[in-house]
Amino acid sequence: MATILIDGRACPARTDENLLQACLEAGADLPYFCWHPELGSVGACRQCAIKQFSGPDDKTGRIVMACMTQVTDGAILSIDDPQAREFRAGVVEWLMTNHPHDCPVCPEGGECHLQDMTVMTGHDSRRYRFAKRTHRNQDLGPFINHEMNRCIGCYRCVRFYRDYAGGEDLAAFAAHNDLYFGRHEDGALESAFSGNLVEICPTGVFTDKPFSAVYSRKWDMGGAPSVCAHCAVGCNTIVNARQGSVRRVINRYHEAVNRYFLCDRGRYGHGFTNAPTRPRAPILRQGGIPVPISMATALERFATMAKDGPIVGIGSTRASLESNFALRCLTGPDRFSTGLAQLEHDLTMQVPALLRATPARNPSLHDMESADAVLVLGEDVCVTAPRLSLALRQTLRRAAFPAADAAKVPHWMDAAVRMFGSDAPSPLMVLTPAATDLDPIAATAHRAAPDAIARLGFAVAHRLDGSAPDAPDLSETESRLADTIATALRTGRRPLIVAGLQYANAALIHAAANIATALHATGADAALSLVAPDCNSMGMALTGGIPLDAVRTMARTGHIGTLVVVENDLTRRLDTATLDELLAAVPHLVVIDHIATRLAERADLVLPAASFAESGGTLVSTEGRAQRFLPVITPTMPVQESWRWTQQFTRAATHADAPEWTNLDQIVATIAHDIPALSRIIDAAPDAGYRLDGRRLRSEPARISGRTAVRANISVHDRPLPQSPDTPLSPSMEGAYSPDTPGALVPFYHAPGWNSVQSLNRFQQEIGGPMRGGDAGARLLDDGIPAQAPEWHHDIPAPSTAAPDDLLLLPEPRLFGTEELSALSPPIAARVTPATLRLGTLPAGLQDGGMVSLTLAGERLTLPVRHDPALPPGIALCPPHLAARAFTAPVRVQLHRDDTP
Amino acid sequence: MTISDRPLTAMIGLPDGPPDCAAYGRAGGWQAVRRALRDMTPDAVIDMVTASKLRGRGGAGFGTGQKWSFVPKDPAATRRKYLIANADEMEPGTFKDRILLEGNPLQLIEGMIIAGYAIQAGHGVIFLRGEYHLALERLNRAIAEARQVGWLGEDILGSGFGFEIHVHASGGRYICGEETALLTALEGRRAQPRSKPPFPQVGGLWGAPSVVNNVETLCNLPHIVTNGAEWFVSLGLGPDSGTKLYGVSGRVRRPGAWELPMGTPLRAIIEEHAGGIRDGYRLRALLPGGASTAFLDAGQIDIPMDYGAVEKAGSRLGTGLAILLDDRTCPIGMLHNLEHFFAQESCGWCTPCRDGLPWVERLLDAIENGTGEPEDLDRLHDHARMIGPMGRTFCAHAPGAMAPLASGLKLFREDFDTHIRLRACPLRHAA
Repeated sequence: MATILIDGRACPARTDENLLQACLEAGADLPYFCWHPELGSVGACRQCAIKQFSGPDDKTGRIVMACMTQVTDGAILSIDDPQAREFRAGVVEWLMTNHPHDCPVCPEGGECHLQDMTVMTGHDSRRYRFAKRTHRNQDLGPFINHEMNRCIGCYRCVRFYRDYAGGEDLAAFAAHNDLYFGRHEDGALESAFSGNLVEICPTGVFTDKPFSAVYSRKWDMGGAPSVCAHCAVGCNTIVNARQGSVRRVINRYHEAVNRYFLCDRGRYGHGFTNAPTRPRAPILRQGGIPVPISMATALERFATMAKDGPIVGIGSTRASLESNFALRCLTGPDRFSTGLAQLEHDLTMQVPALLRATPARNPSLHDMESADAVLVLGEDVCVTAPRLSLALRQTLRRAAFPAADAAKVPHWMDAAVRMFGSDAPSPLMVLTPAATDLDPIAATAHRAAPDAIARLGFAVAHRLDGSAPDAPDLSETESRLADTIATALRTGRRPLIVAGLQYANAALIHAAANIATALHATGADAALSLVAPDCNSMGMALTGGIPLDAVRTMARTGHIGTLVVVENDLTRRLDTATLDELLAAVPHLVVIDHIATRLAERADLVLPAASFAESGGTLVSTEGRAQRFLPVITPTMPVQESWRWTQQFTRAATHADAPEWTNLDQIVATIAHDIPALSRIIDAAPDAGYRLDGRRLRSEPARISGRTAVRANISVHDRPLPQSPDTPLSPSMEGAYSPDTPGALVPFYHAPGWNSVQSLNRFQQEIGGPMRGGDAGARLLDDGIPAQAPEWHHDIPAPSTAAPDDLLLLPEPRLFGTEELSALSPPIAARVTPATLRLGTLPAGLQDGGMVSLTLAGERLTLPVRHDPALPPGIALCPPHLAARAFTAPVRVQLHRDDTP
Repeated sequence: MTISDRPLTAMIGLPDGPPDCAAYGRAGGWQAVRRALRDMTPDAVIDMVTASKLRGRGGAGFGTGQKWSFVPKDPAATRRKYLIANADEMEPGTFKDRILLEGNPLQLIEGMIIAGYAIQAGHGVIFLRGEYHLALERLNRAIAEARQVGWLGEDILGSGFGFEIHVHASGGRYICGEETALLTALEGRRAQPRSKPPFPQVGGLWGAPSVVNNVETLCNLPHIVTNGAEWFVSLGLGPDSGTKLYGVSGRVRRPGAWELPMGTPLRAIIEEHAGGIRDGYRLRALLPGGASTAFLDAGQIDIPMDYGAVEKAGSRLGTGLAILLDDRTCPIGMLHNLEHFFAQESCGWCTPCRDGLPWVERLLDAIENGTGEPEDLDRLHDHARMIGPMGRTFCAHAPGAMAPLASGLKLFREDFDTHIRLRACPLRHAA
C-alpha cells in the first residue's frame, strides 16, 4: 500500500493501479471517458488530466493523464490545480464542439456520463461558433439505436466490442473529427454482447432500442435487484419497471460473476413479461372452452379435483427454488418431479455430486478469467452460457501478462498489454462437434462427436495421471492430440476444464471430472466448471425429485388424480405421443405459469403466475451460487407467485400441515431447514426486514421535480404502488439509499454528481473489487475435498462403429431462439433464424439449402440443409425445440430427400 | 567539393540512374557491411555509431546509437526483432528521403543490414510513403538483386547473421510517420500512435523489440562504418556531426535540396544554394524544418542549421528542409493551410487534437475570409497554450501543429489584427 497526496490530503493507494483509480477510490471527483474499470487505460480522451509535482519544492508541476500514470508512494497530485482544471474544462469544450444539444430528447439524458462530466468540469457556455459535423446513422438491428452525432470519440465501444468481446463487425472508421463508429454497412450487430454498448457508451450513441419504445427516464422508474433467467450462469441484473411493466434490464455488478457485462439474451430476453398472450386470470377449460374465473372459484375447483386422487407435481428448472419447494410441499417429495426426462434428470442430478466429489475448485466466472490453460470439452459455451464464454476469452489477455510484467508494463495499460498479447500463446483448447466462437482464438480447436470427445478426455486424464483409465483404441491423430492437450494442461498453474450438459452425454462430464482430478493430483490449482442448461437446474438438482418417466409410470398405473405443473411446458420435454399418453391417464391437469404455453392450452385449470419481475425467489447458478431476485413490480391479483398458488392449493386441499408462509423469507427459511444442501440460501440476500438507518431502501432515485408525465392525459398522478411483503425495497422514492447497500439489494446506481452507471465506482471497496455492502448470493457447493485416492470414472465410450450413412443428430442450441423465455421477447424473436439441418457431408444430389425429411421426437419434419464441411462425419445438427418441439437429446436419424417443391 | 564531403549523395544523379550491386560496390559500397559483419561485434557497431554522434534525421534528433542501446541483447536467432526504415516522408515541404530512396536504394539497404546486425534483428521493413511509386519500384528491384547476390538472406557473408527486407507501401496517412503509429499500421491495424513506455525497442512490432530509424539516418551508417566515427564527426561544422540534406521551398530562385555539412548557416543555404529570394519578394519568415517547426523571423537566418542552434532560436531543426514565407504571401493564409493539413491528418484518437485542431483551422479560415472576431485570437492563443506542450495530447502531432501557430501568433500579430479590422485579407485584395 502506498500513500499519495491529493490536494494535500493523504490517501492510501495500491501501487498496481493508476492515479485515476486511486483518485476515484479516494472519493475524489475526477472526470474521465475512455478509461473503464474492466477495459483499463488507453489515454485517448485526455479528460483525467491532473497536476503531478516531482517533490515538495516543485511548485510548477506538470500535467499528466491520471489514467496513464502509475501510483508511486508519496506522489504529490493536484486535481484542483487551475491549469489542470482549465485543461479538463477544455477537453469537454472540445468534445462538445460537435455534440448535439439534444439532451431533452436523448434517451441517455439523466443517466449520461457526458452530462455528469460536463457539469463536473464546469464547462457551461459554448464558444465554438461553427457548424457541427453530422453523420448518417445505421440500423444496427433490434437491440441498439445508433446516433453517431452524439459521439465524443472515446473508443470505448470498439475496445469493448472488438478487444474485449472479440466482435468483428463494429469498427472505428475515418479519421480526425470525422471519426465514425459503426458497421461496414447497416445490419444487426453480430456479437452476443452488443447490448453492453448501451452501458459502455458514455453518452447516447448506442442506446437500448426496445427500451426506447417504452421509454422512461431513469428517475421515473423503479429498480430491483434481479438474476438473469436465460441460462445457468446467474448474471446479476437490475430490472427497471414503471407502471406495472418491465422497461429494461441492465447489468448489476457482481465481483465474481458477471462483473460489468451481460449477454444480449440476458439484456433483451425480458420481453416475455409483457407479452399480450400472458395468462392474467385463472382459466377453467370446460368442454374445451376456456373460461376466466375468479381466484376463489379456481381454488374451489382445485379442492374438488384434489378429491379425485393423489396430486402429483411437476416442477421446473426455470422456476425458483421457492416455487418448486412449495409444490413439493403440496405433493410430498415422492410425488414431486424435477420436470426432466430420465436422461437429463440423471445428468442434472449428477452435476452437484460431481463437483463435490472432484477435488478441483469449482470456479466463479471471474476466477476462470485467470486460468492459464483451458480445455472446453464438448460444450459450446458461447451459446449455452454466453457470459461464461466471455470470461474464457479474457484468459487470452492474461496470457500477455508475463511479457507485460517483463517489460514493467502495468496490467491496466490496456493497449500495451494487448500488444504483448499478440505474441502470447493462447491457453484455450476447444473440443466440440461444431465450430464455436472461441475457436478463432483457441490454440487447439478439434471437431468430433461427443463420444469421441469424451474418449479424448479420458485419454488426456490418463496421460496426466497413469492411474486414470485410458481410452483404448485411439487413432494416431487422437493420441497425438491427447498428448498435446495433456502437455498444455500440465504447464498451467491454474488449469480449467469446462464441460456441460449440452449433448446430454454422461461420459463427457465424467471425462472432465477425471481430467480435473488428475490435474489436481499433479499439484496444480485445477478447476472444473460444469455448465447446466437452465437458470435453476442446479437448484433442482439440490432439491431433488423424480424424473418425468416416473410420473408417466404413476399415471399409467392410475396413481395420479391431479397433475400440477409449475412453469414447465412439457411439450418441450416429451414428444407428442408420450405427452398424449401421460395426459390421457391423468384426470385433471393444472398449469401454473407466467407465459402462455402449449401445455396450458390442454390444462383444465390455468393459473397466472408472477414472472421474475413480479416475484421474489432464489435461483442456484451453475456454479452452485444461490442468488435472490426481488420483485420490481408487486403483482396484482389474481397474478401471484407460483409458490403462493401452490400454498393456497395445499390449504384448499385441506392438508393438515399446510405451510403458513406470509412472505418470501418464511418459505426460504423452511427450505433451508428442510433441505440441508440448501441451508445457506438464507444468506443469499438480506431478508425483507432489512432496514438502513431504520428505513426501507428506496427503489427509485430521488428527484426534485415531478415525474415525466407520460399519461398526463389520463391523470397527472402516478398510481401509487403497493408494498410487497417479500422485499425490503419500497416501491417509491421514499426510503434510504447508500453506497453501502448490500450488493444483493442494489436497485440502481447513483452517487452525488454521478447519475450514470459509472457511479458504480462509488459502491465498490476498490475499483473492480467486492461491493462495499458485500457481494450478493451464497455459494452452496464447497470446493471438492481431496479423497484418499482419486476416484476415477470408467464409463469410456467405445470407438464409433457407426456406418457411414448412419447419422447422429445433435441438439445445436442457439444464442437466440432455443431458450424458452427469451424466445418470447420481441427483440430476441426478431433475431431468430429458421431451423436448419447442418450436415458435414451432403447426400448425393443434395445441394446446400435443399430440403430433407426426417422423423424427430415424434414429428415428421422437412428442413433445409446447411452444409458445414467442418462437421465430423456421421454428425448432423439441429436446433432443439425450433424444428421438433421436444428434440433435446442426441438421437440417431435417417434422412430422406424431400423433392416436393 | 570532393566526394567524401557529401557521402550520402555521391552516387546519386549519375547518368545511368541508381547503381546496381556491382556498380555500388565499385563506387565503394558494401565495404561497410563486410567490415561490420566480419570484423565487428554488434556492440562494436553500436559503440561506433554512438561515438559518431549520429542523431536521428527524421526530426526529433535522438542519438541513434543510444536508441539502439535499449534493444535487448538476444541474438537474432533466438529472438524475433525488427528494424524498420521510416520512409513515410509526408512532412509538407520535405523531400530529402525521396532523393535517397530513388537515387541510391542500395545505400539504404546496406545501412539497414548494418543496423539490423547491430541490434540483431532478422527482419527489416521499409515503411514507404504510398505515393513514392518510383522509389517502390527501385527499392523492390534493388532488394531482389541484393537477395540474389547474397547481400540479403540467410548467413550473409558466412557471418551467421541473416537479414531480410520487406517493403510496405503505406495506405497514406501523415500519422504513419510517427514511429508507434507506423508500427500499428504495419500490424494491419488502424494507424494510431501507442503510448510510451513501452518503447518500441522493448515492445514494438507485434510486441517484439523494434527500432524505427529514418531513411537518411540509416543511409549514413555505411559511411560511418567505412570511414570511422572520427571522420563523421569531422564532417560537421558545429557540435553536430556528419552531413545533412538541407532544402528550401518557397519563392527562391532555385528551390531544391543539397547535402551540406551539418551546421551550415541558414543564410548560406538560402542565398548560396537556393540562389536567394526571387526579385520583387522579400523574406518574411520561415519554417526551418518542415510544417511542424516554429516560424523563425527573417532576421534570424544567420544561425547555423544544427539541432542546438535552431532550438535556441525558438524552433527545431526538424527535417532540415525549410519553407519560406515571403512578404507577398498572406501569413494567415499560410497558417490556415498548415492547420488544415494538421487537422485533416489528426488520427482522431485523442480529444485535444481531434477536436481542437479543426477549431483552430476554422478560426483561421474565418479570419482569413473576413469573418474573424477579436476574441478569436484569444481562442487561438488558448489552443496554442493548452495543446502546445508535450504530454497534453497522446502524441507529438498536435504540439507540432501548434508550433507554427504559436510562433505565428507572435510574429504576425499585426496581420491578424488587420484581417479582423478590415474583415478581409489585405494581401488577397491588394493583388
